[in-house]
Amino acid sequence: MKVLDDVGDGTIGILEYAGGVATLSFDALSYLGRLKIRFGETLSQAYLLGVQSTTIVLLTSLFTGLVIAFESAQQATNYGVSTLVGGAVTYTTARELGPMLSAVVVAGRAGAAMAAELGSMVVTEQVEALEALGLSPVQQLVVPRLLAMIVMMPLLTILGDVIAILGGMWLARASAGISYDTFIQSARAYTPFGDFLKGMIKAMVFGVIIVIISCYQGLATRGGAAGVGKSTTAAVVTSIILIFATNFILSYLLFGATK
Amino acid sequence: MSFAFIDNVSLRFGQKVVLQNCTLEIKERAITCLIGMSGAGKSTILRLLNGLRKPDSGHVYVKGVDVCCMSDRELIQLRTNIGFSFQFAALFDSLTVGENVAMPLREHTKKSEAEIERLVEATLDSVGLNHITERMPSELSGGMLKRAGFARAVVNNPELVLYDEPTTGLDPIITHVLTDTIKRLRRQLDGTVVVVSHDLESIFAMADYIAMLFEGAIIEYGTVEDVKRSLNPIVQQFLQGSEVGPIPI
Repeated sequence: MKVLDDVGDGTIGILEYAGGVATLSFDALSYLGRLKIRFGETLSQAYLLGVQSTTIVLLTSLFTGLVIAFESAQQATNYGVSTLVGGAVTYTTARELGPMLSAVVVAGRAGAAMAAELGSMVVTEQVEALEALGLSPVQQLVVPRLLAMIVMMPLLTILGDVIAILGGMWLARASAGISYDTFIQSARAYTPFGDFLKGMIKAMVFGVIIVIISCYQGLATRGGAAGVGKSTTAAVVTSIILIFATNFILSYLLFGATK
Repeated sequence: MSFAFIDNVSLRFGQKVVLQNCTLEIKERAITCLIGMSGAGKSTILRLLNGLRKPDSGHVYVKGVDVCCMSDRELIQLRTNIGFSFQFAALFDSLTVGENVAMPLREHTKKSEAEIERLVEATLDSVGLNHITERMPSELSGGMLKRAGFARAVVNNPELVLYDEPTTGLDPIITHVLTDTIKRLRRQLDGTVVVVSHDLESIFAMADYIAMLFEGAIIEYGTVEDVKRSLNPIVQQFLQGSEVGPIPI
């Protein structure tokens, strides 16, 4: 009986979570659709969540580009197909690693910050104070973050793509003597410009996931400082899992026909 | 004449019964204080009055209108007319004190910035806080935070002001100042006030009416003298702060 109870409780918990996330998404998109947006706060969040994540996104992208180039340049030179290295680096970066890595890094940095901030606001009654003032926490807190992230995630991804490709180009030349011209020609041959745009669409969707999950976890915080810690961890873990799962679906939908 | 009426309200949080067939009248232009043990449901009553909580059964009427049946738009309208001072002030810590106090005016009125600034200064002045509009909440002492919370609650002249534990954790002098401030603000606004507090000295100094909650229901209601003279042993044990009596410790 206890097993059945646990399964039942778990199922109800998952459904409640999904329902809560869906309701929050609908409310936030409804405010966005009606253009009920606080632009000052949106700019502030774009700086906090986006601009301040630039360094970490650039660093992780750079080292990832270096690793891909290092591994592929070694193998390609051994098999005499060094002209493919530029394509390999650009292809994987534009389609998968650029948006994915940026999203994972932003989930760890900005997602955790959002969940912790909103969680602290809940336990210090600031969210209830907003409601008592006749204001919607979704409009005041979630919508600015959502809009900021929808704009900033693609920009961060493009910056990450560029730095990863530049890093890969430099390492391919340094480690395997592949010229910049060869690298660029290969990149242009194997990676259509549309792949970068599709990568930006992915990034935008990941941004929405990060904000909705982090804000939901933050607003659902209960139980003081310990609760804030739990919400923050849950926000990052859930966001990353959903980013990976959604990436698979998006790759299938966006690139399925060309694979 | 009553400003609000809580009619036979019951409310549970999970398995815990918070209110059970609770009925309470909030008289207009008076200070009603709610007393009772911790967790008795006093703060929940404040949240019922401005629609932050909905009862499982029963009704909550404010100015004759049932809060439980209000649409979101009507609830927003109701809340612009009810000030709420939270136990720990709940000032938005990313905003300055001035921006906190100005928030109800900026969000719900079409007043000019100059007019808003003037009102914010005047309201902060009325609670004894001068020249702190640019300071952050983290820079204020406990008493100053509470008063800034009072200012935010009353800046748009609400008809009803709810104070949740306004003097808890403060020294006797600041407690006295805050008690006087609540009485003075009520006179200035000519409005209705509900205070939740454990501070009996402060309550006796400001209350027109006192209601005592016990096990989810109002067990005593009346003027300060009525309650002091109550024959109910639960009330007497609570007022005397005695460990001996019918209240389980």
